[in-house]
Amino acid sequence: MNFATRALLELQETTLLASRAFAGLFKRPKYLAETIAQMDAIGVGSLTIIILTGFFTGGVLTVQTFPTLKAYGAQSQTGYLVAISLVRELGPVLCALMVTGRVGSAISAELGSMVVSQQIDAMRALGTDPTRKLVMPRLVALLISLPLLTVLADVLGIVGGWATAIGLYSVSSSVFIAAVRDGITTDDLIGGIVKPLVFSLIIGTIACRQGLHTEGGTVGVGRSTTRAVVMASIIVIIADYFLAKALQVILGTT
Amino acid sequence: MSSSQIHISSPSVSANAAESTFHEVDDLERAIPSIEFRNVVLAFDERVILNNLSFKVMKGETKIILGGSGGGKSTIIKLVLGLLKPDSGQVLVDGEDITYYSEDQMMKIRKKIGMVFQEGALFDSLSVYDNVAYRLHEQGVPEEEVEPEVRRMLRFVNLEDAIDKMPIELSGGMRRRVGIARALIGDPKIVLFDEPTAGLDPPTARTICELAMKLRDLEDVSSIFVTHEMNNLDYICSEYAVVDHEGKVGFEREGERLCLINSKVMMMKEGKVIFSGTDESLRRAEDPYIQKFLRGH
Repeated sequence: MNFATRALLELQETTLLASRAFAGLFKRPKYLAETIAQMDAIGVGSLTIIILTGFFTGGVLTVQTFPTLKAYGAQSQTGYLVAISLVRELGPVLCALMVTGRVGSAISAELGSMVVSQQIDAMRALGTDPTRKLVMPRLVALLISLPLLTVLADVLGIVGGWATAIGLYSVSSSVFIAAVRDGITTDDLIGGIVKPLVFSLIIGTIACRQGLHTEGGTVGVGRSTTRAVVMASIIVIIADYFLAKALQVILGTT
Repeated sequence: MSSSQIHISSPSVSANAAESTFHEVDDLERAIPSIEFRNVVLAFDERVILNNLSFKVMKGETKIILGGSGGGKSTIIKLVLGLLKPDSGQVLVDGEDITYYSEDQMMKIRKKIGMVFQEGALFDSLSVYDNVAYRLHEQGVPEEEVEPEVRRMLRFVNLEDAIDKMPIELSGGMRRRVGIARALIGDPKIVLFDEPTAGLDPPTARTICELAMKLRDLEDVSSIFVTHEMNNLDYICSEYAVVDHEGKVGFEREGERLCLINSKVMMMKEGKVIFSGTDESLRRAEDPYIQKFLRGH
């Protein structure tokens, strides 16, 4: 099978998996407890890395942009630049990449281990559809958690930028906050929510698909985990490019 | 359990008794095999796994499937559960052709089948209680009905004390027994054993075989017992479970005057059936592969 055929097959299988998982939303049992447990593992469990990532990304944006802006006499616009960069791009993308590394790998490894230890077969033998029991709760949890984590990363990034601006460069707090208010538009906020929704679908379906498709024992678990993280990371970045352009067209900001 | 079921499933049947038993089978349902394969062919790429396989497992019968590794034994079990689909041929469960059933349709069939996996395949994140109760929890059975049922099953496998343990705390043999308890919840009339004694010490392996005999002789369960260990064959084909007047379960050998009619042996080699019959005729078979398998060298 050549690369293109394999890629198309993978796309088909991943799409089918996602559609079957969402179709399961309307059937009983509802697996509400599993979904909440996954939200705890994915959302609450990722808080620390998202807080640190968001805060220091905002800080480093200020560190890197303030000298340049100052050279043009535009240092009052630091908050504007930090806010736009974070809300439009860095918040959603960095958050998605961090969640891919932490959650995508965990999902793939967990499901892969269940495959090689025949737990998935046991689940099917006991009359449970693994797509509904395992995939659906993880996808729903990601769809809810990732946008919230992104908003948190955006806010903390702005706080990090603000703290760096007033602490290192003596920018007035009110000037920074006013620039942030000027910078962020409703369209940015919409884009900042739509992107993590799409990213969560990408991360969840790829991680689940790779995990459930594990072959070759424990070595296979390692392979599928690596494949899940690499594929999800690359596709998130590629999707970000097309989403950015699509949102510009849809929201009329071109 | 109905009286007719007890009668039919009783293994301690002499030649005369066996004859009378057959005369008493007025229930047509018992004439329908629990599991039937008709000319099943399955191949992965160029490699043929099952080659025109046909066999039946009757109600209350244990079919021991022997064969070396990679002979297609475990594949048979996966086909019964619909985890794999054959390339051609038919698979029937209780007379129902499940060959082309969808996953949703198979879920209904799987509810009447219990499956014991090679390593137990317990859910690591769930306690012994939750593992055994899994099927009932999925069906939304109230907790007050679940607990007595789980305890009953754990008593059956003599593991009630381990009810609160996690799978990681159990030995290999205990994991298999919990796997059996989980498979038996809901009282399935078909149980599939996939090398349940592989890698176990002889006393533990014997315990697993005793559980299979109890299911066969006291619960009227039809089963497929996949193994490559000859002592499994010795136990299951030459002993039967009896209940004494105090209600205790014991095991007796069939001896000279009795012949177990509810245990059959099928030997496979490279996806083909090379022997099908009783353990006695297996031992008399002249096929070099069978003789080598029996002798172990």
